[in-house]
Amino acid sequence: MKTLNEERRARRAAVLVTDLGDGRDRIVREGDHVAGDLGAAIANAFRTGHSRSVEAEGRTFFLNAHLPRPRLVVIGAVHISQALAPMARIAGYPVEIIDPRTAFATPERFPDVALHAEWPEDVLKRQPLDSYTALAAVTHDPKIDDFALKAALDARCFYIGALGSRKTHAKRVERLLALGAGADQIARIHAPIGLDIGAASPAEIAVAVLAQTIHAFRSRGLEAKGAVA
Amino acid sequence: MDESIYLDEARDPLIIAESWMKDGKDVAIATVVETWGSAPRPVGSHLVIDAEGNFHGSVSGGCVEGAVVTEAVDVIGSGKARMLEFGVADDTAWQVGLSCGGRIKVYVERLG
Repeated sequence: MKTLNEERRARRAAVLVTDLGDGRDRIVREGDHVAGDLGAAIANAFRTGHSRSVEAEGRTFFLNAHLPRPRLVVIGAVHISQALAPMARIAGYPVEIIDPRTAFATPERFPDVALHAEWPEDVLKRQPLDSYTALAAVTHDPKIDDFALKAALDARCFYIGALGSRKTHAKRVERLLALGAGADQIARIHAPIGLDIGAASPAEIAVAVLAQTIHAFRSRGLEAKGAVA
Repeated sequence: MDESIYLDEARDPLIIAESWMKDGKDVAIATVVETWGSAPRPVGSHLVIDAEGNFHGSVSGGCVEGAVVTEAVDVIGSGKARMLEFGVADDTAWQVGLSCGGRIKVYVERLG
C-alpha cells in the first residue's frame, strides 16, 4: 500500500496485480516487462486506464490501473489559451498557464484557471513536467517557449506542441539542437501545432490543439509498435 | 485550484488505509473487481474498513456498503480474503442489493 501510494503521489502510473486465487499481489510499473497474456493485459491497462479481471496462466488476476490524471500546461497567456483552458478542463485535462508577461497573464483574462505570471524556468522547477503532462507552447517567443520545450522533451511529456509556421519551427529545431536535444527527441514536437482541421480563429486552433492532445494521450505507447496513424 | 492533478489526500481511500496502518490499526480493503449492467461505481473502486467498522470510499452508491463493512470486519478477524457478489435487491441469495439492477463482485482482503 505504501509503495503504491508513493507511485501515485509522484504521478507515476502503476498497475496493482492481485491473484484472486491466493490473494498475492504485486505492483507493476510502466515499462516493466511482463511476459505472455498477463503482460499484454497489463500493457492494455496502462494504455486505457481501465481496471479489470483477466484469466491468464490458468489463474484469475485483478488488474487495478492507477494512472495519474493527465494535465495540460500551456506556455503563453494568449488568445488561443483563453479558449483552450475551459475546453480542456471540460474534456478532463486540467490546465495550467505560464507566462511571465504580466500584461497577458491576468486573472481578468483567465478566470478560474491556474495561472502563473512567472518564467517557465521558475514554475517548472517547483512543479516539474512528467509523462502524464501535455505541453503546448504558444507564445511565439523563443525566450519563453524554448526552455519549456526542452524541459518537456526531457520529461517525456505525452504531448508536445509548438505554435509557429514550418519556417519558424526550422529555426526552433536549430536552437533546441544547440540546447542539447536529440533530433529524434525534437521530432516528437507537433509543429505547426494542432490537428490539421483548417483552424483559422484562436478558438478553432484551441480545438485543434486539444484534439491532438487527446489523440496523443489515447495512443500512448502505440508509437513503438508502429500502430499509430 | 480545484480539480487538482494531485491526490485528494483527505478523501483518498488508499491514502487513508496507509495512515490507518501506520497508526497500528487492522485494515481491510474492498475492491470492485467486476460489474455487469448499470453499476454505480466503476471497476477498481475501493472501500477501506478498520476493525471497528469505520470506513472510507465506496463500492456502490451506498446500497451495499453496510454488508461489505460487516464482511470486512470478519475478514480482518480471519485473515482470509472473500469474494462477495451483489445483485438486484430481491435476489434471495442476498439481503442487500443494488436497486439499480446491476450486479457487482467485490473482493475483500486484509492488508499487511
